[in-house]
Amino acid sequence: MTDTDGWFAAVDRDDPDAMAAAIREGRADEPHDWPALALEAAFASDEDEYYDALRDATTAATRAAVTERERADDRQLVHAVRAMDDCDRTANELAERLAEWAGTVDPEAGTGVEYARKLTRGETDDDLEEPAIRSLAERVADLAGEADDLREFVERQTPAVAPNLSALADPVLAARLISLAGGLETLAKKPSGTIQVLGAEDALFAHLRGHAPSPKHGIIYTHDAVRGTHPENRGSAARAVAGKLAIAARVDHYSGESKPELEAELAERIETIQARTTDEDDETDGGADDE
Amino acid sequence: MSEKLPAGVQRREFDGSERLATRGVPVYGEPTDGEWRAWNPNRSKLGAMLEMGMETGLAGGETVLYLGAASGTTVSHVADFAGPTYAVEFAARPVRDLLEAAESRNRLFPLLKDARKLETYAHVVESDVDVIVQDVATRGQARVALENRRFLAEDGRLLLAVKARSEDVTREPSAVFEDVREELSEGYEILEARGLEAYHADHLGIVARPR
Repeated sequence: MTDTDGWFAAVDRDDPDAMAAAIREGRADEPHDWPALALEAAFASDEDEYYDALRDATTAATRAAVTERERADDRQLVHAVRAMDDCDRTANELAERLAEWAGTVDPEAGTGVEYARKLTRGETDDDLEEPAIRSLAERVADLAGEADDLREFVERQTPAVAPNLSALADPVLAARLISLAGGLETLAKKPSGTIQVLGAEDALFAHLRGHAPSPKHGIIYTHDAVRGTHPENRGSAARAVAGKLAIAARVDHYSGESKPELEAELAERIETIQARTTDEDDETDGGADDE
Repeated sequence: MSEKLPAGVQRREFDGSERLATRGVPVYGEPTDGEWRAWNPNRSKLGAMLEMGMETGLAGGETVLYLGAASGTTVSHVADFAGPTYAVEFAARPVRDLLEAAESRNRLFPLLKDARKLETYAHVVESDVDVIVQDVATRGQARVALENRRFLAEDGRLLLAVKARSEDVTREPSAVFEDVREELSEGYEILEARGLEAYHADHLGIVARPR
């Protein structure tokens, strides 16, 4: 197919796969009057027939493209990590409700998901006979169990999809970053400054509107290197972590090879940053590095 | 009101209020009256433009290139009254719904393509379409319209919904609109532009023709 041919050139009308592939992979620099050209090329005998063929081909091509995109592994991760968060949140919410309700029946009632689990296992030595409360406790325990299963799934899958990212961050944080960016490819295309504040959008937009300081970190706050650093230097740590994570995401998306040196580089950098709080006089090393 | 609705679009009564409607299989749970289904201007920028009586130049039966078809809410109505309709959308998830809307419409062609990369669909979409409807939520909306101008017939129309917040969330929408209009005038003559505030916050509806 040359750049001046329509999608129908060089495809067999009886081969739906080839027609769909032509829609998906074909290219042209300029549009032309394709319906007329198709009639000329005897691809179709009249305009209606051409449009019928076009419709079949575009629908098949688009359906195939959508399925392919949605099955891509990073899409699966995005769904899993979101489902995990939903289960966690719902379990906690219901556990609160449960604690309030159970508290009215049994003054010794505990709180949280742990209490729900205890209740389900029958480890509460009381006369909490109300079956409705027990049933609710079971739901909470099941939901929490589901969240745990999903976490395991994420921990198992992320290293396969994004080996470097999950080595640098923990797999759940890696999956969260992918989820926030909308996919590994979009994450790979984001500058490190954006990755640094992913998950802190509210604070970021408040800042851009001009009535708040810039956020130092978003979801990467959960990274040990950020959380484990003295608040005064957390901005620097977040910047360093985000920088390496950005590189890791790019390596994962574009090559997929493992690059263990990234981890070492980050560890070294974080050590330098954390050393600042121990020897107070080091002022020259702050702020102006990457970004 | 001296308005010209395209053939195939009518004002009909739904639950006591007069609303725009087209004939077709319902797509998003909209109210129906026989084979007519209500067109919700709050969910559709083109619907809002018609509801407000903008001179879209639509007569019915046109060949349409729709950029930013999303899940097919608006494009399904367009396909109901227009002719061949090419629906371009880049995000995979909404296209799943778009495919469903396309199922009952045999002149609606769904395409999972990026409206900023027209070389990836120029081999499918014909030249000289009568109307381009554009509702894309990306930066550079004027640029997208200018680049896709080569699909448009000389006497064709561009029906554009500009979303200010997609260009720059922090700027005043009116300033964004000013820039978009200026850039757009490189290739189009703007015939009418009205804010769609009544239905869509921070959106500007533009009717233009290529110059």
